[in-house]
Amino acid sequence: MIYFMETIVKAEHLIFRYPADTEENQNQVPNEPILKDISLEIKKGSFTAVLGHNGSGKSTFAKHINAILLPESGKMFVEGLDTSDEANLFDIRQKAGMVFQNPDNQIVATIVEEDVAFAPENLGVPPEEIRQRVDSALKDVNMYEYRNHAPTQLSGGQKQRVAIAGVIAMRPDCIILDEPTAMLDPQGRQEVMQTIQKLNQEQGITIILITHYMEEAALADRIVVIDDGNIVLDDAPKKVFSQVDKMKELGLDVPQVTELAWELRKAGYPVSAEIITEDECLNALEALL
Amino acid sequence: MLKDITLGQYFPIDSVLHRLDPRFKIVYTMIFIIMLFSGSRFWTLIIGAVFVIMAQLLSKVPLKMSWKSIKPILPVLLFTAVLNLAFIDSGEILWQWKIFRITEGGVNTSIFMICRIVLLIIGSSLLTYTTSPILLTDAIESLMSPLKKVRFPVHEMAMMMSIALRFIPTLLEETDKIMSAQKARGAMLDNGKLMERVKAMIPILIPLFVSAFRRAEELATAMECRCYRGGDGRTRLRQLKASRNDYLGLVICLLFLALCIALNILLS
Amino acid sequence: MAILKTEGLTYTYSAGTPFEKTAVDHVDLCIEENRMIGVIGHTGSGKSTLMQHFNGLLQPTSGTVLLENQDIWADKSKLREVRFKVGLVFQYPEYQLFEETVAKDIAFGCKNMGLSDDEIKTRVFETAQMLGMDRELLNRSPFALSGGQKRRAAIAGVMAMRPKVLILDEPCAGLDPKGRNLMLNQIRDYQKKTQSTVLLVSHSMEDVAEFTEQLLVMSRAKLFCFEETYKVFRRADELKQLGLRVPQIASVMTELRKKGYDLPEDLYTVEKAKEAVLTLLRKGAASC
Repeated sequence: MIYFMETIVKAEHLIFRYPADTEENQNQVPNEPILKDISLEIKKGSFTAVLGHNGSGKSTFAKHINAILLPESGKMFVEGLDTSDEANLFDIRQKAGMVFQNPDNQIVATIVEEDVAFAPENLGVPPEEIRQRVDSALKDVNMYEYRNHAPTQLSGGQKQRVAIAGVIAMRPDCIILDEPTAMLDPQGRQEVMQTIQKLNQEQGITIILITHYMEEAALADRIVVIDDGNIVLDDAPKKVFSQVDKMKELGLDVPQVTELAWELRKAGYPVSAEIITEDECLNALEALL
Repeated sequence: MLKDITLGQYFPIDSVLHRLDPRFKIVYTMIFIIMLFSGSRFWTLIIGAVFVIMAQLLSKVPLKMSWKSIKPILPVLLFTAVLNLAFIDSGEILWQWKIFRITEGGVNTSIFMICRIVLLIIGSSLLTYTTSPILLTDAIESLMSPLKKVRFPVHEMAMMMSIALRFIPTLLEETDKIMSAQKARGAMLDNGKLMERVKAMIPILIPLFVSAFRRAEELATAMECRCYRGGDGRTRLRQLKASRNDYLGLVICLLFLALCIALNILLS
Repeated sequence: MAILKTEGLTYTYSAGTPFEKTAVDHVDLCIEENRMIGVIGHTGSGKSTLMQHFNGLLQPTSGTVLLENQDIWADKSKLREVRFKVGLVFQYPEYQLFEETVAKDIAFGCKNMGLSDDEIKTRVFETAQMLGMDRELLNRSPFALSGGQKRRAAIAGVMAMRPKVLILDEPCAGLDPKGRNLMLNQIRDYQKKTQSTVLLVSHSMEDVAEFTEQLLVMSRAKLFCFEETYKVFRRADELKQLGLRVPQIASVMTELRKKGYDLPEDLYTVEKAKEAVLTLLRKGAASC
């Protein structure tokens, strides 16, 4: 968790609305922007979680980072490169890789190692180096033994790890993960979260995790909460979760233990506002009783 | 389960044939086909049979698999035989009843046709048994690459083929799921008259198509995020490299072909 | 009255080949009417395969499935009726929508049942209402809906058949916390209103803790247990061995009890835990 002072992603007053008649626009007041004014700076090497209920704009925001979407007004910079400049597209996407929600719809090849090689092949990396990158990426996500398997033989968690390997093979500085565990079972979720943490801690890759699961957001250094197209909270996990009523208002969850601590605080007892794990709760209750 | 349909029939073991360069294997198959059709003498078939037996042994693919590839075309074989027996009128008459007659010529041609088809099928099946679909696609892309000069979209076609191969099992699985879900609402997929069964496909096909389009869009976005921009400037992880064995194989095939042609000329 | 029973239910894939695998192993169950039952188990435990036996999508390799005391496989031509009485909603059901309008799609099951047009209309409206869907939505194309609305439309399609048993395979998968809460509350209301039996397959211990009366636990193709939810959560250590866990709160409360604090058992929701702890604190204060 070392912070370099360098900014890797910078959003300045992003405003964006989807064209009418698209699925994403179904719940919106017609023609109201889904991103109303987002400004954010993310530091290199950090692990940031972007939290929000469905329709809050969090995924839309994520898609602006690597120029899948371009803002109506405002700017997005990745390592100083402006996403609206087409000439920068290639470099931006190599620096900021993205992993999506559906494990199946990211895998292009019939064999795992071929899929991981896809990005380096696109970058024109020489074949011997592609081999090295593929092997090391698969080892990083613990899928090296599956390198000759067909993707259809893998579980959801394994497929997502292959997708992550496919992104690492580009040697990006930053990985954006858009609800990567939403379609996985608890085991798959754990595998993916462990992989993400490892990449952040051991290799210093900047992680931007879009999610609505608070157990995952709790693992980040910083949580940014987006609601109705605006950033409403931006702080360390403990501080964010301690605002239980605000979280509930926003349609989000807090860990059960955090909620219990809050209820006891409401009843007048001195319980810390920053409890998010079972052990912390246990200790706090023992101290009380 | 629909999942049990195996496509391409790739039989993954290690053998001399498996290890040959796929581009050369495609060329061998084409030479073999020319060989089979290069003459109408039984000698052609005998040489063809020797070739196939050699290839079969080198491939270590069990004979059972070759039988599996013949089975579906048995009706075609039967049909060909009957046609030839009925309509070829030459040589000694072997059997006659009213206006129907079977001649020696008819029998010869029938047997010839059948043998030729069988050899054709077994020989070309060996190609798919010993070469994985992805290598076949790579080989086709490589062989067609000269066409790039006339602006033929070789890379795009190869990419389409390989993505299709990748998604066939996934789509089959999804079809299974959709069928189960509609059956759970009382859809009748297994019985009823023809028209009913066709109408019953609508609740399966529409979700499948919608889903396929959605997948395509998500996949395209994912590909772009991994810096895909067409075939220009792309390198490959797997390089197809011809070895001595491949060239040796080519020489052997050409020798077989030459032998066939020579025999045909000499014996006619 | 037992609505659904299984006796020695066994299902084996690819029997007789080297790939043989038993997905469901001699399961004996007795499921009552008018219940809200949770179904839990790690991935691969056989729970989904088991569910598909209840509506006759899969045929047991051995053993029987009894609906209202009748063997559902006794007369194969009557299987379709079984599917009208035991409704099964798969995961991500929104991917199965196909009709021109939402109303027509919800009506699909009812039409297959041969109900009158009037009856179908009533049921479509009622069911849509139960799931909080506006009348206006009913005339739209299902493909013009948001993700959450699509899911409701798909679930409504099965609910409209008014099955005696409704099985929902992870109905909250992919929904955000507010969406999950809303969905589960609507399902609970549906169960209370129709007095049917609802089987909720889920991976979330917290959800299952709050909304179910009984828990069916599968592990490695076998039935681990089928009893009241609070009884199952008492077996936290055993559940852990199965790769399952208990709600956070239950864990903490159990630890406190082990350390000697006078807390009642079965505290697995925040509400219950709060009450118990406050009671204990007041007692402590009173005795000072």
